Amino acid sequence: MSSFSVTEPSNRSKWFAGTLVILYALVTMIPLAWIMLTGFKSPADAISYPPKVVFEPTLEGYVNLFTTRTRQTEEFLQNNPPENWADDIVRQYDMVIVGPSKFGERFMNSVIIGFGSTFLSVFLGTLAAYAFSRFKIPLADDLLFFILSTRMMPPIAVAIPIFLMYRNLGLSDTHLGMILLYTAVNISLAVWLLKGFIDEIPKEYEEAALIDGYTRFQAFYKVVLPQAATGIASTAIFCLIFAWNEYAFAVLLTSATAQTAPPFIPTIIGVGGLDWPAVAAGATIFLLPVMIFTILLRKHLLRGITFGAVRK
Amino acid sequence: MAEVSLQNVSKSYGKTAALTDIDLTVPDGSFVVLLGPTGAGKTTTLRLIAGLEKADAGNIQIDGRTVNTETPAQRDVAMVFQQYSLYPHLTVRDNLAFPLRSPILKTPEDEISRKVQEVAEVLHIPHKLNNKATELSGGEMQRVSIGRALVRDPAIYLMDEPLSSLDAKLRADLRVELKRIHAELASTLLYVTHDQIEAMTMASHVGVLDEGKLVQFGSPRDIYENPSTSYVAARLGQPRINLLPVGLLGEDAPSGAHQVGLRPENIRQGDGRDATVVRVEHLGDQTRLHLKLNDHDVITLTDPHSSLAPGETIRIAAQNPLFFDAEGVRIT
Ligand SMILES: Nc1ncnc2c1ncn2[C@@H]1O[C@H](COP(=O)(O)OP(=O)(O)O)[C@@H](O)[C@H]1O
Ligand SMILES: [Mg+2]
Repeated sequence: MSSFSVTEPSNRSKWFAGTLVILYALVTMIPLAWIMLTGFKSPADAISYPPKVVFEPTLEGYVNLFTTRTRQTEEFLQNNPPENWADDIVRQYDMVIVGPSKFGERFMNSVIIGFGSTFLSVFLGTLAAYAFSRFKIPLADDLLFFILSTRMMPPIAVAIPIFLMYRNLGLSDTHLGMILLYTAVNISLAVWLLKGFIDEIPKEYEEAALIDGYTRFQAFYKVVLPQAATGIASTAIFCLIFAWNEYAFAVLLTSATAQTAPPFIPTIIGVGGLDWPAVAAGATIFLLPVMIFTILLRKHLLRGITFGAVRK
Repeated sequence: MAEVSLQNVSKSYGKTAALTDIDLTVPDGSFVVLLGPTGAGKTTTLRLIAGLEKADAGNIQIDGRTVNTETPAQRDVAMVFQQYSLYPHLTVRDNLAFPLRSPILKTPEDEISRKVQEVAEVLHIPHKLNNKATELSGGEMQRVSIGRALVRDPAIYLMDEPLSSLDAKLRADLRVELKRIHAELASTLLYVTHDQIEAMTMASHVGVLDEGKLVQFGSPRDIYENPSTSYVAARLGQPRINLLPVGLLGEDAPSGAHQVGLRPENIRQGDGRDATVVRVEHLGDQTRLHLKLNDHDVITLTDPHSSLAPGETIRIAAQNPLFFDAEGVRIT
């Protein structure tokens, strides 16, 4: 017996939808796969035409990404045998590793600034959203609109004033400066998203806690926060993705100390010819944190997106 | 437990007057049921006592202490909400333990587990203690929310239509349970509902609320037999009281009487005026007789083995009639 149902799609339409999703996923993953594969190619394979799908993998790109190297004389190379496998790889170009590259440091800057600003945006956003959702705030609607209006033009439109302001305040090229900047950009998104999630949590839960002898803050902490977890997780992912990928302000405001990975990766190209495998290796490693973060919060994210639909 | 009283309490939301000038005393150890339709102000009354809302005017006293400015926590009340009272992220056990773990009570863990077990047994849910709150049926959820109140020993238990979302069988069971628990704990309980059966079966005192006003307060018997208005008379009793124009059944009406109220059981058959049988309803526990008298519908009860059929004529007369004036206020 087969029957039509309003809620449950038929097998055929499920199969069709599934195929479409898989096809779409394959298409969007091609550039990603290309980058990941290129990271393991030799420079020659990386630029060969037609592109090689089958090739002999090498860690050359990764070695070049993480090290600085110098060319040496034949004599020097013969007197000093390679110290490890990485040294071994660079010897084929008559080079030796003289130290680490800046990539590790830039990557750490990205981690500090990306996660720092995400934490700050979500923390402040949650408090503000809770206040907007639960308390009678004078001019609440105007304030919310004002908060949203900060995103009505691209942030880069105010690059010059921010550049001058940061120079005068001594915030240029500092971690704190970048964290504050990304927080300022993300906070409106955070407040609006989180307010939606918190509005959905019936206020009876906190009221029950108040009657049971808890303070307002304890009720917030013990009752509201756990139920807002899905909303907080999805908001955090959105904030992290923006802060992590941000390029324009990073180019403009950071250099020696607080430079993040996005402006650094293209500079690899200039060091010793067009080193595509190293660039690809840098991009691959750069992708990982957001990917891991998203996978960790995936359960919450899915529930967060379907929030209104599955409750009650 | 303690006495709780409201003195001249009023509350409006914007232009809506939710409660007007309420005077109500919930005596120590009593089971008071406030009866009223949706929007009568039942929930508002409980929220004012709990301290979730501030009264616009009047005083609220708990145990002789004026609590107008106290926080909900300071008032020492327990409340069962109409809906959404279980924390979905906690297990049944943690839901029940939640009030006991508050900074005010700070109950030791061994005592918590003893009390939780005790309450779970009273409510027949000990096998559900480790379930998530969201993995319960509606009836179980409601029992857990009642349990969340019962683990405490507050000045007063406030219950907001706790049984309204349950099926008939469970509702009947829990009515008996609540009555028993109340007697056992010797606690003060204020219970609001729109269900007259709950009011009649559980209450030691009934208050009838209508449009934010307390229309009458007294024992269930008293309110049933001596309603102060035709509105109260119509709220209690099933089938409903017959409200008929004065003189229809030839009764002696006092001056100013406009309507006569006749409970179905107060209609005598065999003498009086002629009425036509419209329908006979066999409900099992009672048999209802729908009659037509001069174009007015009249309902009465009859013998379950009655052989009356539609179209037949019987004679009916009034017994213990209640008289109301043009405003619906009781005269005698
Ligand atoms: N938060 C509120 N805002 C505005 N009006 C309200 C609010 N709560 C209750 N009311 C109004 O007050 C009146 C009484 O409501 P309530 O106490 O909830 O009635 P009940 O519980 O008897 O159904 C109703 O007219 C209702 O619309
Ligand atoms: Mg209500």
